[in-house]
Amino acid sequence: MESKNSSNEPGNEEHLLESTRRGFLKQSTLLAAIALTPAPVVEAAQSGLDEKIAELYEKVPLNMEVNGVRHQLSVEPRATLLDILREQLDLTGTTKRCDPGQCGACTVHVDGMRVNSCLTLGVIVHGKKITTIEGLAKGDQLHPMQEAFIKHDGFQCGYCTPGQIMSAVACIREGHANSETEIREYMSGNICRCGAYPNIVNAIQEVKEGGQQV
Amino acid sequence: MKQFQFVRPATQQAAIAVIGKPGTKIIAGGTNLVDLMKRGVTAPDKLVDINHLPLNTIAPTKTGLHIGALALNSVVSENKTVLEKQPLLSMALKAGASPQLRNMATVGGNMMQRTRCTYFYDTTMPCNKREPGSGCGAMEGYNRMHAIFGASEKCIAVHPSDMCVALAALDATVIVSGKKGERRIPFTEFHRLPGDHPEWDNHLAEGELITGVDIPDNNFAKNSYYLKVRDRQSYAFALVSVAAALEIDNGTIRKASLAMGGVAHKPWRLTEAEKSLIGKPVSEETFKQAAEIAMQGAKAYGNNAFKLKLAPASITEALKHAAGLV
Repeated sequence: MESKNSSNEPGNEEHLLESTRRGFLKQSTLLAAIALTPAPVVEAAQSGLDEKIAELYEKVPLNMEVNGVRHQLSVEPRATLLDILREQLDLTGTTKRCDPGQCGACTVHVDGMRVNSCLTLGVIVHGKKITTIEGLAKGDQLHPMQEAFIKHDGFQCGYCTPGQIMSAVACIREGHANSETEIREYMSGNICRCGAYPNIVNAIQEVKEGGQQV
Repeated sequence: MKQFQFVRPATQQAAIAVIGKPGTKIIAGGTNLVDLMKRGVTAPDKLVDINHLPLNTIAPTKTGLHIGALALNSVVSENKTVLEKQPLLSMALKAGASPQLRNMATVGGNMMQRTRCTYFYDTTMPCNKREPGSGCGAMEGYNRMHAIFGASEKCIAVHPSDMCVALAALDATVIVSGKKGERRIPFTEFHRLPGDHPEWDNHLAEGELITGVDIPDNNFAKNSYYLKVRDRQSYAFALVSVAAALEIDNGTIRKASLAMGGVAHKPWRLTEAEKSLIGKPVSEETFKQAAEIAMQGAKAYGNNAFKLKLAPASITEALKHAAGLV
């Protein structure tokens, strides 16, 4: 496993004070998890024995390339690709919304194909190339689809947006963006509770008609 | 999700050697299994990953078309040979799930998916399929998605697949491999009705692995249609679906194949309605009569009474589309 940012580790008060909102959330989640864990485990954790607890669970190696960077990880077989991206690699652009594959917010590309990362066990993508929303822009230059979503107000709260954009890029690459009807059908795996659908369709149509490289 | 052991056997033989023990499950696309594991509906001790096995071929044979168990739903639906020879299968696949899920789901996994009955999914409710003997929550509960054919006192759940409805209509054969060798099962006999054992979805024996399906050649390509009626236009399970395939000669029906989804514990083949179509002229009247025959023996359970009207209307509509009347 890659080493985590030390500011997220428990017991480091100085870093905690400086921690970001995200770090705070992670910290709170950890505390909540401890509260739900059987007493002996909590005791062991408080004695700084976390590493030994982790070893009780069988971990398996996972090699994958994420946004062009190779990672050699050690994961629990039950960890989903979504959780590994967010928790181990700190790639929190991919969002967790419904979690059982009903909303598409967690859409990423595996070897170029869009999938729901919440239903993909990490171990299943061993040896594969993953692209997440963080992998679309080139430095400060946004991907054409990101530009189009901004231009057309393709979102409101933004929670589904990373998945919408990953799906929209795939939709064009697959050749399924030839009409409004086709776009709506092939974007149906991405739910937007704010109802930005017309604007999302406009964004996709503009990128498609612009003929830019996606 | 409960922790489990993860194994990746190198060969099909090695995979067959480890499956079939209680608590062991095969994982392919995982679109349904991972969902069920997250919700605690199923909690295997061991997962056997078969994704790397060479079972994703899509190739014509002397008498038909072979599709490997690990061929992805999206790939099959866009495959040139499938589109040319068996467009009904492509239509059914495209009507199922979402593009993302179709990129993960395999042909074998699609066949093995469990019902989406909400009582099966809710571990606080009784369900004979999830926990034999606990009762059926749907029977007296909210059952608008449920079966109108072939149900039992123990279970009124439906099989959720679209692909399987098309494969049932196309007289496909399932090829399975086990310790004793290979076995071929007619598709219509692969899934089973709930009877006294709703916990068993199909006739796959313990320790058997689906390796593929064979679809015999037919003359249905020109006159095939898959109609799916659901609560929203896309990405929802069928209330009722109909796979209709016709062979028409000069306005007369020579051969007909019909199956329904969303109405039974298995893809529901409409044999009597098919027979009634043979030799008849293509007309809405002919199709309405066939639909009426197809509905014999249908029974509703309260909230799903609307299916008694929706199903025959859907059969008629699907046949009209298949025949080119729409």
